[in-house]
Amino acid sequence: MKVLVAVKRVIDFNVKIRVKADKTGVETANVKMSMNPFDEIGVEEAIRLKEKGVATEIIAVSLGPQACQETIRTALAMGADRGIHVLTDAELQPLAVAKLLKAVVAKEQPGLVILGKQAIDDDCNQTGQMLAALLGWAQGTFASKLVIADGNALVTREVDGGLETVELTLPIVITTDLRLNEPRYASLPNIMKAKKKPIEPMTPEALGVDPAPRLVTLKIEEPAKRQGGKKVASVAELVEKLRTEARVI
Amino acid sequence: MAVLVLAEHDNASLKPATLNAVAAAQALGGELHLLVAGANCRPAADAAAKIKGVAKVLLADDPVLAHPLAEDLAPLIVKLAEGYSHIFAPTTTAGKNVMPRAAALLDVSQISDIVGVVSADTFVRPIYAGNALATVQSKDKVKIITVRGTAFPAVPAEGGSATIETIPAPASAGLSTYKGAELSKSERPELTAARIVISGGRGMQSGDNFHLLDKIADKLHAAVGASRAAVDAGFVPNEYQVGQTGKIVAPDLYIAVGISGAIQHLAGMKDSKVIVAINKDEEAPIFQVADYGIVGDLFKILPELEAELAKQIK
Repeated sequence: MKVLVAVKRVIDFNVKIRVKADKTGVETANVKMSMNPFDEIGVEEAIRLKEKGVATEIIAVSLGPQACQETIRTALAMGADRGIHVLTDAELQPLAVAKLLKAVVAKEQPGLVILGKQAIDDDCNQTGQMLAALLGWAQGTFASKLVIADGNALVTREVDGGLETVELTLPIVITTDLRLNEPRYASLPNIMKAKKKPIEPMTPEALGVDPAPRLVTLKIEEPAKRQGGKKVASVAELVEKLRTEARVI
Repeated sequence: MAVLVLAEHDNASLKPATLNAVAAAQALGGELHLLVAGANCRPAADAAAKIKGVAKVLLADDPVLAHPLAEDLAPLIVKLAEGYSHIFAPTTTAGKNVMPRAAALLDVSQISDIVGVVSADTFVRPIYAGNALATVQSKDKVKIITVRGTAFPAVPAEGGSATIETIPAPASAGLSTYKGAELSKSERPELTAARIVISGGRGMQSGDNFHLLDKIADKLHAAVGASRAAVDAGFVPNEYQVGQTGKIVAPDLYIAVGISGAIQHLAGMKDSKVIVAINKDEEAPIFQVADYGIVGDLFKILPELEAELAKQIK
């Protein structure tokens, strides 16, 4: 079974982002970029499936500008077999990404597509569900455990009240949650090897998808800053202040 | 055109998040309908009909919908969409699971986790863990929206008398089957609806030590939460997690214990009215957002806090 993993290039999770003064977006120039952390978990899961003999080939797909190739290389260094890069400088929103991935799925015919449950830049949490809808496949979102056997997948999902298990008929779309696994670091030899693995270029035009955004971003602003930093000397003072000053207990 | 809200419920009762989603929908001012989809969910529909401002409750009561699987629920939403300008759902794991699926089937975008309604087509939503707010305008024929509950004060659960209309459920898509759940049982309020939340982080050192928080939670009728570090370390289950990719809370009082305050955690609680931080590292970023900070050993401070609450609160 082929496994397709979608990987997004985002601002690194450790970076404190800055909103541009003209309110058109956030500053991305000279900012450290990384693979979306949930997508790293997706790549790791695919590799583990291959190690178990469930997956036969892992294809890492990224969509966006030229620099996304770095993100694909990261996936290849972790253990993906080859890459696909859908090259576009256009703004891509989740619905467009889902349509592009659907077109890639039509070419590659994987039995499983893994995506992160959300990207830490736009925080949308949509693309996996949308892709499953467009393909007419089952979806296992927010997965913390995945077991594949006999054409079915048992997926344990992180839900608000705890955990839920669903059985899905393959092919399926999975979106990863934090507890699915702990992604490995790429070793130096594997980083070197990854440089020789192929990345196939594609374009939205060639895939027959119009990626035009449906939502217009009117402005991006900084939220109100919280005034904190006060300290109290004792527990007695704390409880007293919570009662008489803040009046919350 | 009317607006539709997908009710969050467990068949027997409505979940509080429904009331926040209704509040967001009411900001538009149109006629408001609620969809209660489940199995043996008449009690939830009855509760929905009492919500102030709801004109009609659509009740889809069918074994297929017993555990709302996105594959089966999304087609129902799609079928109803023709009659509505907007469809709202709370940003819960259920809402997050089904709404994008419905949106894609309708060939429209979804506007996730809104915190503000500017106009019928323009909404405010947080991005980058809430470190920026985006104002977005949708040109789609029907707006599919999930609502961050903490941004919209709940509407009254009583005072309405909506009609209940029974609608048929679609046949099962046959793609997925519910196998079971391990849901935590707690007498405490739900994290996202609690007036007071006390959360523990890596500094708690073990799951056993969370009983120190439990004791204080019992005194304050608080919910107990955790940082990602505490969940990843296995101290407490995933449903405790407060943060960018866990639960978003904004209680009157949030007490962060042994939590350093990574931006991903702050994203989940920085809209709380009052924040208390207890941490032994006085440089911990959590103190920058805390209204009241105490520097010290939590294993000494928590018992003191418990005793002091007993003394000062009768």
